[in-house]
Amino acid sequence: MAIFIDSDTRLVVQGITGRDGSFHTYQMMEYGTQVVAGVTPGKGGQTFEGPDGKSAPIFNSMDEAVAQTGANTSVIYVPPAFAANAILEAADSGVSLVVAITEGVPVLDMARAHAFARDRGVRILGPNCPGLISPGKSKVGILPAQIVMEGPVGVVSRSGTLTYEAVFQLTSVGLGQTTCVGIGGDPLIGTNFIDCLEAFNQDGDTAAIVMIGEIGGTDEQEAAEYVREHVRKPVVGFIAGRTAPPGRRMGHAGAIISGSAGTAEDKIKAFEENGIPVAKRPADIVGLIQEALA
Amino acid sequence: MDIHEYQAKERFRAAGIPVPPGEIATTADEAEAIASKYGGMVVVKAQVHSGGRGKAGGVKLAKTAAEAREHAFNILGMEINGLTVQKVLVTPAEDIATEAYVGVLVDRKNQAATFMVSAAGGVDIEEVSHSNPDAIRKLTVDPRYGLLPHQAFWLANFLYDDPGLIKQASKVIAQLYDSFVESGASMAEINPLITTPSGEVKAIDAKMSIDDSELFRRPEVASMRDSSSEPPSETKARDAGLSYVKLDGNVGCCVNGAGLAMATMDLVKYYGGAPANFLDIGGSSNPDKVVAALEIITSDPNVKSILFNIFGGITRCDDVANGIVEATRRIDIKPPIVIRLTGTNEDLALEILKEAGFSAYTSMDAVVEKAVQLAKA
Repeated sequence: MAIFIDSDTRLVVQGITGRDGSFHTYQMMEYGTQVVAGVTPGKGGQTFEGPDGKSAPIFNSMDEAVAQTGANTSVIYVPPAFAANAILEAADSGVSLVVAITEGVPVLDMARAHAFARDRGVRILGPNCPGLISPGKSKVGILPAQIVMEGPVGVVSRSGTLTYEAVFQLTSVGLGQTTCVGIGGDPLIGTNFIDCLEAFNQDGDTAAIVMIGEIGGTDEQEAAEYVREHVRKPVVGFIAGRTAPPGRRMGHAGAIISGSAGTAEDKIKAFEENGIPVAKRPADIVGLIQEALA
Repeated sequence: MDIHEYQAKERFRAAGIPVPPGEIATTADEAEAIASKYGGMVVVKAQVHSGGRGKAGGVKLAKTAAEAREHAFNILGMEINGLTVQKVLVTPAEDIATEAYVGVLVDRKNQAATFMVSAAGGVDIEEVSHSNPDAIRKLTVDPRYGLLPHQAFWLANFLYDDPGLIKQASKVIAQLYDSFVESGASMAEINPLITTPSGEVKAIDAKMSIDDSELFRRPEVASMRDSSSEPPSETKARDAGLSYVKLDGNVGCCVNGAGLAMATMDLVKYYGGAPANFLDIGGSSNPDKVVAALEIITSDPNVKSILFNIFGGITRCDDVANGIVEATRRIDIKPPIVIRLTGTNEDLALEILKEAGFSAYTSMDAVVEKAVQLAKA
């Protein structure tokens, strides 16, 4: 078991002919993800050639791609100016999950896209996220596959490379993962901590959960309450940005302390008050998980 | 991106919001000339990207043009929260009967633009929302329909009893929403929105932050950036496509990924040091970016050691290694550099670094501890 993606995931890549899109499609195919189609307007009829003789037909639009291949998931490597439209098109095409990798999508465009997707019961992951990977089953996005292994830990994080750091350390002591999800560093994201916690809680193979947050917003605080009330599995946490100054954007558009809201201290306190042990260093996450699973 | 009060007022005027006139002065002479043109009382207001301008003495009332000159002389060059005032806005003083607050921002929880209004204006709205939440009326705008007329009325109706004022304020609120959307803003605020004794509603202060992701399609807004209000190193970083925030410590940090960059800064503190900066070189594999990053870090005289923490995923470790070697050839780097590289093409990178006389760590803790120790030496 895993959450959101598994061996039944049939993926269509939006922006498959672009530099990032083609590079990562190749990598996803190599990992074993079923990439069943690509979409680039104007390049319909062409074929994407992947590794080991694998290939995927390219279509002009999402509705054609879904109708002809039965795709159920899409991933978006489209430049920021066109990404919101790509998300809207995907949400209207019949797929149930849209993974938006693109960084720099205007926030007001995303407000519209999220409302549109909600109306249609479509899950958006991201934008500005590394995607997700269910080790041994499927990878959608850009996470480096060599650092993961199959196992009992669910990982959810707002960050990319910090997630890799944590996952790498888990894997190096033999603690594999059910699914690693990067929910994205933007202020308006489609799938939040609670959505992932709920899914991990229901997933039979997930025995413990790592939740990696950062400054900005109050998602972590709400997630911490959710953990206390609903999650029957151990959860350990990490929060990045203890040294971040207020009012400054720390790389991610959503990583900003506004007024007194969204500080690392607030989030750490919320975790601890709700029974979630917090790692002081990324290296301490492994120990906390080992304790939780002992 | 924050814009100045006078720029936000330009945006508001363009949307039809009644905003009193005003002009910018960069010298005391100019301020005096503007004040005598308006005649009567004026307000001289520091233009910096910071709250608390009034408390810091950056906003002064002047009865005469000579007094305006004196205030401008004192305010120009003043430091407010670390920012030097380079411009003042000179604007006619208004007679104020009441002050209200009207603001709209992107609310993360509701995933949409959300209005907050309060009849208690001229105050810190965040404080009011904690101390007296009943004094605030909130409305989340459905992005599918925009702000509807009856919603603007519902907000305005919370501010005033007089039907004439409610009508004017409804219009201002609708115009503020238009301006917010048209500017690609993440926040727009009128604080205070005043009424005059003769029954007019006017915006006498204005604040706006622009969503950086909107700038590519709004050149007229992008051109409002005031690079003089930020450290030159931050301007240079933006031009090079790097995310950089200058801090007060002495351990220079160069990391790929924002989350890992923050975690690295935190770890510097954990080991008893202080980070000199936040710097995310991003996911790209471009040695030029590494060179630019090193130029920026070494331009900070506080930096005593430089630490690289690279977790190769999309970023290839060998590209970063090449960038480091290239940078040390191009620029004279005094502080010691310590490097941690792991992930994609790690072995290649270690070879490149070894040849150039660098050694590299594979653990994040080890490299941070070393960098802190070197900064103290």
